[in-house]
Amino acid sequence: MFDWFAQLGKNTIEFYARLGKEVLLFIQTILSFWAVILRPGLIIQQLYSIGVRSMLIIIVSGFFVGMVLGLQGYNTLVDFGAEESLGVIVALSLVRELGPVVTALLYAGRAGSALTAEIGLMKATEQLSGLEMMAVNPVERILAPRLLAGIISMPLLAAMFSAVGIFGGYLVGVDLLGVDEGSYWSQMQAKVDFDKDIVNGVIKSFVFGIVTTWIAVYEGYNCVPTSEGVSRATTRTVVYSALVVLGLDFLLTALML
Amino acid sequence: MPEIDNNLDSNIDNNDNNLVSIRNLHFSRGHSKVFNGIDIDIPKGKITAIMGPSGTGKTTLLKLIGGQLKPQQGTIHFHGENIPAMKTRKLYEVRKKMGMLFQSGALLTDMTVFDNIAFPMREHTELPEVMIRDLVLMKLQAVGLRGARDLNPSQLSGGMARRVALARAIALDPEMILYDEPFTGQDPISMGALVELIRSMNDALDLTSVIVSHDIQETLAIADKIYIISQGKVVGHGSPQEMNQSDSPWINQFVHGEADGPVPFHYPAHSYKDDMLQGV
Repeated sequence: MFDWFAQLGKNTIEFYARLGKEVLLFIQTILSFWAVILRPGLIIQQLYSIGVRSMLIIIVSGFFVGMVLGLQGYNTLVDFGAEESLGVIVALSLVRELGPVVTALLYAGRAGSALTAEIGLMKATEQLSGLEMMAVNPVERILAPRLLAGIISMPLLAAMFSAVGIFGGYLVGVDLLGVDEGSYWSQMQAKVDFDKDIVNGVIKSFVFGIVTTWIAVYEGYNCVPTSEGVSRATTRTVVYSALVVLGLDFLLTALML
Repeated sequence: MPEIDNNLDSNIDNNDNNLVSIRNLHFSRGHSKVFNGIDIDIPKGKITAIMGPSGTGKTTLLKLIGGQLKPQQGTIHFHGENIPAMKTRKLYEVRKKMGMLFQSGALLTDMTVFDNIAFPMREHTELPEVMIRDLVLMKLQAVGLRGARDLNPSQLSGGMARRVALARAIALDPEMILYDEPFTGQDPISMGALVELIRSMNDALDLTSVIVSHDIQETLAIADKIYIISQGKVVGHGSPQEMNQSDSPWINQFVHGEADGPVPFHYPAHSYKDDMLQGV
């Protein structure tokens, strides 16, 4: 019985110690942003490998998601004779929910896992230690540019996802199923509110950008420096990111509605 | 074989000649005590070797000197300043005066040999690219790898990687280089090259070198001063000659490579007989 209590206490203390360490590292990383901004080359390099190279999967997925929305939306709306509202349905679903959420999930799988594996392997091969001994702070040189690039990339990727999705919905709805083109666009224009819908979507994807990139970077930086450790950390990145994104999405939606 | 300075021992208490002095250092990892109050002096301009069986925390000692780990107790003075007490910013300043050669080389895998050596210069200096190019080529020439500048670290052999890492360690002209097991896993030719390099660099660049190693012959050949660590304590120190002639059983066992002695062959365990009779 006492063993059980002792174990509980130990685990609790360890949990809070880890949390404290993580928060301190996060603050340190954020504080390093000013040093990174002075060296745009580092950010551009990361924007390329995190953002640009995630574009393909984001655009293709956005296209298909938009097409599916067009099909499903049309099938439901046509029963009520409201198929002219298809544009609104497609645009609102994408801009408010699917754009930020699906982009974040895909991003965690594509860029997050790559970040964790990269940083984890750098740790396992003593490169991070080597940087420290060359008087280069890995938090400034490795973590900060990646986090910043992730925060910049995510809203842009989500915007691309939504834009391509709306186009996919248009192809299916207007070209394939014969919804009136004028009402597709004009109803969308009339019903999608900039402050309420678009800004909310951008806020979401900004938050997801911070959270998913941070999870990826932290898991890599903090992994057990062995091949098994790196593989576990990569898995954790994807799992934690997915859970946190979906949980936060509910929270943010509830707060902003 | 370098000349052996017989006056070395008299320097031990003279702080002016010591670049690093470690006093009463305690460090433990979890429940296991790695260092239990060790004192080490590293004289300026000399090669000091820290030797001991595997698992005695030799690499840990280098990390403590580099400030990557913090001891539970004790001081590590570098130029008279206590490393464990330094703030992060100060520590990074001090590290510019140190170079470290990692066992794995720790080269950055996403850049070429040239960029790896240019890396510390680009990070810490405002030198124009033309000058960096010249400096990098000079460093590469010193380790004999000017021709390998465009290779990626994955294309290098183990010995070459270590020489590139050495060129990078001297990129910022440090005062001290820490070598972590420089001879481990090297073929005889690269071993000879490394031994030669470490000695000649130390003398030509007026460096202070600290070698952590368990390769006795190579280390005895170039070191000016040797510390032997075992089970968290310094069990002996002196010049290579003194080590060879020592009558301490600890030093003897290590220098002559005897399987059993003060450092037991067996990892601590219950009695063999009890274990065998216990069944499943």
